[in-house]
Parts: sequence; C-alpha cells; structure tokens
Amino acid sequence: MLWLQVLVNGLALGGLYACIAAGFSLVWGVLNIINILHGSLIVLGGYLAFFAHLQLGISPFLFAPIAGMLLFLPGFAIQRVIISPVMARPVLMTLVLTFGLTLFLDNLMLVAFTADYRKINLQPPLGVLEFGDVVLPLDRLYATGIGLVSVGALWLVLRSTQLGRAIVAVRMDRDAASLMGINVRLTHAIAFGLGTAMAGVAGALLAAIFPISSLSSSGYLGKAFVICVLGGLGSVPGVVLGGFALGVIESYGALAVGPENALTMSFLLLIALLALRPTGLLGRKGFT
Amino acid sequence: MLRGGLIGAAAVTVFGILLLFGDNYALRLGTTVAMYVTLATAWNIIGGFAGYPSFATAAFFGLGAYTSGIALSNGIPLSVAWAGAGLIVALFAVMLGLCILHLRGHYFAIGSLVAADVLREITNVWVSVTGGGIGLNLPLPGGDAETQAKLFLCVMSGLAGAACCAAWTLTRSRLGVALRCIAQNEDAAQVIGIDTGRSKIAALALSSLFVGIAGAIYASWTIYIDPSDVYDVSLSVKPIIMTLLGGVGTVTGPIVGAFAFLGLEELIWRNSLEFHSGFLGLLVVALVLFLPAGLGQLRVGSIWTRIRTVLPPEARP
Repeated sequence: MLWLQVLVNGLALGGLYACIAAGFSLVWGVLNIINILHGSLIVLGGYLAFFAHLQLGISPFLFAPIAGMLLFLPGFAIQRVIISPVMARPVLMTLVLTFGLTLFLDNLMLVAFTADYRKINLQPPLGVLEFGDVVLPLDRLYATGIGLVSVGALWLVLRSTQLGRAIVAVRMDRDAASLMGINVRLTHAIAFGLGTAMAGVAGALLAAIFPISSLSSSGYLGKAFVICVLGGLGSVPGVVLGGFALGVIESYGALAVGPENALTMSFLLLIALLALRPTGLLGRKGFT
Repeated sequence: MLRGGLIGAAAVTVFGILLLFGDNYALRLGTTVAMYVTLATAWNIIGGFAGYPSFATAAFFGLGAYTSGIALSNGIPLSVAWAGAGLIVALFAVMLGLCILHLRGHYFAIGSLVAADVLREITNVWVSVTGGGIGLNLPLPGGDAETQAKLFLCVMSGLAGAACCAAWTLTRSRLGVALRCIAQNEDAAQVIGIDTGRSKIAALALSSLFVGIAGAIYASWTIYIDPSDVYDVSLSVKPIIMTLLGGVGTVTGPIVGAFAFLGLEELIWRNSLEFHSGFLGLLVVALVLFLPAGLGQLRVGSIWTRIRTVLPPEARP
C-alpha cells in the first residue's frame, strides 16, 4: 500500500501548494509582471504566524486569514509607489525591480529573525488520521483544507463581486477595461494586494507544518513558478490543478529517485514543460 | 568610437599601473573588475543586443567553475581545463537554448533562472564527482602568492578584453544586426528573412563561452568552490545591474557599469557587512525607478542647472 500512502502525502500538500501559487499567478496574469518578491512574502507570513503563536498563542490555522489581511496593505502600497511607475517598461525592468525588493526584504528578515529554522510546535499535537495502513497527519489536512478554502474564496471574489469582475476585465484587455470606466491603476494595486495577501495566508499555513527560515524564500518562489506553468497562467482552477499535480509528482518523485533529487526533478519537469507546452496543461494561450 | 578608444586606453593604463605597483588588495580588486566586465559584456550580448532577459549567467559561471575544477583535480593542464570548460558551457548553452529560446518575456526569464537551480542541485547531490555541499578544493598553480595574483589579473583582463572585442565585432557583423532586429521586433525580423532561432542560439552560446571561462578562472583563483557560491543567483543579477548602470545594448555600457558597480559594492561592503545585500536591493530599486537608461542619463550640466535654480540669487556664481 506504499503507493497509496505516497499519493495521500502528495494530495495532502496540493491545497497548500495551490495557495502558494494563487497570488503569484494572479499578479502575473493581471499585471503581467513576475513578482519575485512573492517567496519572501510567504516567508514573512510564516514569521508573523510563528510570532503570533509564540507571543499570543494564536493557532496558525486561525491566524492565516489575519496574516492575509496584514499583508494586503503593504502589497497595495508597494504596487502604488514602486511598481506602478515601471508597469509599461520591458520585462527585464520589472523583474530586476522586484528582485531588488526581494534582496532588501530577505536581508531585513535575516537581520531581524536570523537564519535559524523555526517551527511552530502545536500543543497539544493534532495527531493523525488512520485508514488501515494509510496515515494522514491532521495538521497537513488542516493546512491543505484552509489553503483550498482561501483559493476558493479568491475564486469567488473574482467570479461574483464587482471588484473581481473589474480585475478579470483588466486582465483580459487593459484598454477596453479603462474605456468601460474601470480605474485600472486602482485595480492593479488591489490585485497586487490580493496577491500578497494570499502569500501571507500560504506562509502562515506553511509555518504550521514545515520549519521556516529567511533563507527559504527562493524555494517557495520556484514552487510557485512550477505550479503556474503546470496548471496554466492566471486561472484559479489551473492553480489548483497545478498545486495538486506538483504535490503528487514531488512525492512520487521522492519515492522513485530519492528525496534529495525531488527539487531537481520538479525543476527539470518545469524546463521540459516550458520546452514542450509553455501554455500549461490546461492549454490556454498566455501572455508573452 | 572615440569613447570606446578612450575607455580602452584608460583600462590598459589602469592594468599597467596595477601590474607594476599594485599591492595584494589592488590586484584582487583589479581581477574582480575584469571578471565583472567579462560577465556584464557577456550578458549584454544576449540580454542587451538580442533583448532576451537571461538569468542563466550563474548557471554558466558555476558549470564553468566546476568543469574546470574537476578537470584540474584529475591532472589536466590549466589552459586546457579553462578552454575546455568554456566549450562545454557553450555546448550546454546550445542545449538550454534549444529548450527555452523559443519562449519570450517572462517564460524565458524563468526558464533561464531555473537552469542554475537545476545545476546547483545536481552538483549538491553528485557527491562522488563534485564533492557535494562540502565543495571542491582545487590544486594550487605554481609560484608565490604575488606571481599568482598577477597571473590571474593578466588572464582575467585578457578574457575581459576578448569579451569586449567580441562584443564590438558583433555590433559590426551580420549576426549583430540580426540580434538588434530580434530585440526590436522578432516577428518582423523573421519576415525579412533572419534565421531568428539560430541567431539567438549563437548569441547565447557566445555569451556563455565567456561566462564559462570566467567561472573556470575564478575557480582556480579562489582555489575553493562550493555550489551555493558559484551558482549564486546574485551572479545572474549583478551583470544585469552593471549593464543597466552603464547602458543596455552598447559596447561601452557594461564596461563603465562594471567599474561603477565595483565602486558602489566596495563602499557598501566596507560600511555594512550585515546589510550589504539589502543595500544592493535598494540600489537596484533606485536604479530602475530613477535611472532606467543608466548613468549616461546623469548629466553634469543638468545637475548644475538644478543646483543653480535652488540657490538664492546672491549665492549664484
């Protein structure tokens, strides 16, 4: 029954992975920029949850939405003040700009929190669910469940609120949306803020099950890339599909070639996908 | 042309002075700046001329360093190991190019960024050949410390000179014109009969050749390499910042940018060991926001005019 256990391990990460990539995909799709800062924001969300648990005793699962709310405003402000002036510039400029922001934030966190790996110790531990031979840790189940609920909430916002329709309209055609009376600048800033909020949620959930460190931001960024390319850019269902696909591929990969090669394998998969099918598994024509 | 000649003459003078009078620190600084000029000029071939935002510099650098390091550990002579490393890196670049050069914009950038991560992980895991995370110790080249320092200054400067000559020749060649067309409008370039695929791969391979040799020389220079050092993502980003500082898509831009960047880096390093990458980040943000076309945008005259308008009339000279 090993294969079933491995499948469960992979699926138990899928919702969390979807949550990691959702904000990244939203920003990429709507603003047409790659937010390299995303990985650092996830780590920041993780630290917020860690200290909320340590100082105030708030469970990271309850804290996740609060982390999201806390990170919305900084994201909004960063887009408004720093990113907005270079929106129309070539890809290289926005990439280098968000990279500079990442260097700054990572260094700030390194000085403030050191490079030590920290993990939230839930008291009492949540325990595991057992179905015959298959074991499912409850903390992972909660993290993935809350991750999925957050992604679902994002999807509902995009689907059925006026703000969400405005964001989708700007993603489809910036100029036409502007002609329809949508404030494109404001919409961009809100979309970016939603992206950073999702990073905060994902970070809080990650901190509940994995150790976090200020050095691990690029790893999360890499995962977000892979998930976006797997599922296809800028669609919420694509992110969910990509998240579960990466979770399962990683856990079978760890079984087949050893856990130390799992990261290499998922990156090689990314390059192969980019070479063969850059529009993702859901096969939609993306932005260039 | 005049500007290029002046910069070349200045560089040769600096090189001569360093070689004759330089102490250990100055020699190290000189070798570093030569390496930076090489990396920035090489990045400019693919990123500036062809307009493809490549983040693969660290991948080429690290692969060059490790190829030559492993070759030297197995008793292959120095010059053969360096040249061989360059060729192997160029071959790798051709294969990488076949995979990702058909992508544009963000997708290409990501594909190239990931290349370094893949190589770093493989290096980390393949302990029997690369030494894994512990790193690799290289055999010492002969001679005393000062002779060695001068040797590396000469070799690295020679490589920088070769890279600049290659970039200059490229601007006057068919391939250079093709790359500029691709940067401006790739579809139009294809329509007028440019083999865009082949031109892009040639540009990436040429760029990677210099980066790979620079990595190989760096490995011998520092004697010790480890994966997190030579595949560090900052090696991909620093050449871009230098080129942005000096001016993208010009021959002299990366050279000026490399010198300016080293100056800034030394200032920051000396004053803040703990927060230097944070300052580097701030520098990048300021550069993109305020000086997107590089230092050439700063005009002494315009600053002077601005100061004059601020000063009270009686204080004006």
